[in-house]
Amino acid sequence: MEIEKTLSALSKECPDSILKRADRHGMPEITVGADSFLKVMETLRGFGFDMLTDVVGIDRMPRMPRFDVVYLLMSMEDFCRLAITVELVEGQDVPSVSGIWNSANWGEREVFDLLGIGFSGHPDLRRILMWENFEGHPLRKDFPLEGKDFDKPFDTETIKDYF
Amino acid sequence: MSESKTVTLNMGPHHPATHGVLRVVLELDGETIVNATPVIGYLHRGIEKICESRTYQQILPLTDRLDYSAASANNLGYCLAVEKLMGIEAPKRAQYLRVIMAELARIMGHHLWLGTHALDIGAMTVIFYAFRDREMIMAMNEEISGYRLTPSFIRIGGLAYDATDDFIQKVRKFVQWFPKALEGYHQLLTDNKIWTTRTMNIGKISAAEAINHGLTGPSLRGSGVAYDVRKAFPYSSYEDFDFKVPIGETGDVYDRYLVRMEEFKQSIGIIGQAIENLPSGPVFTDNPWLANPSLEEVQSDISALIRRFMINSKGTPVPGGELYSAVEGAKGELGFYLVGDGSEHPYRLKIRSSCFYLASALPRLLVGHMVADAIAIIGSLDVVLGEIDR
Amino acid sequence: MNDLIIIPIIKLLVIFGVCMLFITYTTWLERKALGHFQLRYGPMRVGYHGLLQPIADGIKNFFKEEVVPDNADRAVFLLAPVISISLAVMLLAVIPFGDSFTLFGKRIDLYLANPSIGILFILGFATIGSYGTILGGWSSGNKYGYMGGLRASAMIISYELSMAFAVVSIIMVTGSFSLVDMVAAQHHMWNIVREPVAFLVFLISGIAELNRTPFDMPEAESELCCGYNIEYSSMKFSLFFLAEYTHLFVFASLVTTLFLGGWHGPILPGVVWFFVKTFIVIFLCIWIRATIPRLRYDKVMKLEWKFLLPVALANVIATGVVLTLFG
Repeated sequence: MEIEKTLSALSKECPDSILKRADRHGMPEITVGADSFLKVMETLRGFGFDMLTDVVGIDRMPRMPRFDVVYLLMSMEDFCRLAITVELVEGQDVPSVSGIWNSANWGEREVFDLLGIGFSGHPDLRRILMWENFEGHPLRKDFPLEGKDFDKPFDTETIKDYF
Repeated sequence: MSESKTVTLNMGPHHPATHGVLRVVLELDGETIVNATPVIGYLHRGIEKICESRTYQQILPLTDRLDYSAASANNLGYCLAVEKLMGIEAPKRAQYLRVIMAELARIMGHHLWLGTHALDIGAMTVIFYAFRDREMIMAMNEEISGYRLTPSFIRIGGLAYDATDDFIQKVRKFVQWFPKALEGYHQLLTDNKIWTTRTMNIGKISAAEAINHGLTGPSLRGSGVAYDVRKAFPYSSYEDFDFKVPIGETGDVYDRYLVRMEEFKQSIGIIGQAIENLPSGPVFTDNPWLANPSLEEVQSDISALIRRFMINSKGTPVPGGELYSAVEGAKGELGFYLVGDGSEHPYRLKIRSSCFYLASALPRLLVGHMVADAIAIIGSLDVVLGEIDR
Repeated sequence: MNDLIIIPIIKLLVIFGVCMLFITYTTWLERKALGHFQLRYGPMRVGYHGLLQPIADGIKNFFKEEVVPDNADRAVFLLAPVISISLAVMLLAVIPFGDSFTLFGKRIDLYLANPSIGILFILGFATIGSYGTILGGWSSGNKYGYMGGLRASAMIISYELSMAFAVVSIIMVTGSFSLVDMVAAQHHMWNIVREPVAFLVFLISGIAELNRTPFDMPEAESELCCGYNIEYSSMKFSLFFLAEYTHLFVFASLVTTLFLGGWHGPILPGVVWFFVKTFIVIFLCIWIRATIPRLRYDKVMKLEWKFLLPVALANVIATGVVLTLFG
């Protein structure tokens, strides 16, 4: 699909949703506001972007708003990629797209786990890589590299299982 | 009617058939799975966090540890992402040798899959035949790089060394030999009645659903979607080679098996073409930020000495910017979302792991099948925990 | 006096000793054969080509620590391997190893007992022996073990039927329940020629009863991580292991006795023929294990109830018809 046509159709469908446009070494990227995000994603799914390749969370700490969540979309018809970025302040939630793409389920869980970004409407928002009662979010830039409790013994009593 | 009760069976993290430390909590009604919850994170090493404090060159050995069964393919993906951000390209000879390394790695990964998948289903002999040939590739890795499993041979800007004649001879011999070995694998399994009853119509997933679950690689192609990063976004001179993307029809375990078996053949074809048409020339870029000055230069020229010292201790500064670069790993699309800030360390490196999304489709695939099928399905997805947990 | 006590005791010791030696070396044979099927050598370190490996394994297991899991039913847990091994060894009593011969003017039969219901004795005790498997899996307090035990009981109930019907047709042909008579009846023609269908049914359901690949449901390594004996270690495990191979040995000698003419054969003495045939059958089982993948549990049940049992029944009827018309 022609990315220009798609984007103009998108701005017709959801007016004023595209805040910024950029080109990431050949992959077009658009930045959308958190409030119109879900509608944009639904529209793009309708346009034929049927695979959500990945969900990337980025902590750009000194910047306000602090977080970026990048959704990498791809159309399986002609292998056309598009990145959607949402900028978020700390504590702000993104509407979950796991109802549109199933792959968002784990992708968003990972972003939640490692960066502490909430996803409203997610069916199963739990930690995925770290254990359930781990404190903090490791991929935040203010999380120490050596870990928060690196000199404490590993206490199996406090590890809670899901089941 | 009496009230039916279910049993919760904890499969893994220590289980012979979950291929590492994958844990699947199964809710069973008799032997039928009514609910499955994969639990991951037992091999989480925080590679993405470690990357933020390492130089670009130092990250390379970490990428070996993602999908450790096909390490060279991960090296290639990472190096291509960094090179793309720096705006450089490796010389043609290096690109061809990279293709050889990546395809050998794919064959190695598929060998591991074939052996363990068959072992899970109960055919215990296949793994030894697969590992006999895997051993040959290991010997090649050792010949060219000094390491057997995790070569780290593909470097940012080219290759660590040029290929030796011995390596090229070994590859030539392997290209001659391997089709015969492949025939043997087919004889052991493909038409075996028990094998087909165990795999046909098990773990079926339609093309639309597979795409929706984010499946890539052979598991997606088994459902009939001809998506291969090597064809869709050619990299490292893959456009020079003639190969097919095999696809399945029904998307069951057997189709995924056939797709991988065909990929063996295509990969060995690519290696054959690459080794016969290997261009001559350098194997490392002449970019002074990356290329180590030679020892003679270092011993005669102080600025070369300083440059060598800087490259190896401080690292190479990479221009700022963001990009997503993907390669076709042995298990599917292996992507690197790289955010550079102009320093020697990446600001953020997100690894798009194919196995992560393969594992996320497990609940959809397992429910309704029996415990024995769960083993077959996990085996057919070919998940590697090093890549899931990162 | 001598005939009643001394000779049976000597025979018992000899038969038990020789059989146990053979059974122990069946494990060596299996490891060695599997190794060579799989491009490797198998045990090589202990003795010449690993010949002392079974003994080393036995000694190792003998000195290992006894572990009983906390939530196991202790008494049953300890009893299960004993049931398994003792009932398996009892089967050796009725197997005719060779023709009778005369030593110091006394006629000596190469079997311990020749009950008139020899074959029923074997079928019965083999089935009771599976209680060891079931109880062992159930009592270890482990879900994998539990499922293994569950599968074992289902397997025994199902495959016992077709096995028995295969035997029934042999009984009809030879007209006796005694194993010795059955061997004697095959002097001119082996039963495998007269009853090929029964032979196949018996072979398949026998391998299934032994829980060997492709029917190793109760201990499917990759599904149930060893199933019923998952919690067993040291000598308790050894007993299960030994029981399994005793059953394999008994099964192979039953196939020899019922279908392959027992001790009959030219030139060589009968005992040698018997063991040669038995080990050919054992080797066949090992070969099957090295080649074929595992069936799924429900397919195994389907195979029995929808295929083997009807075939075995039809074979019994056909045998009856043929015997009535031409016998």
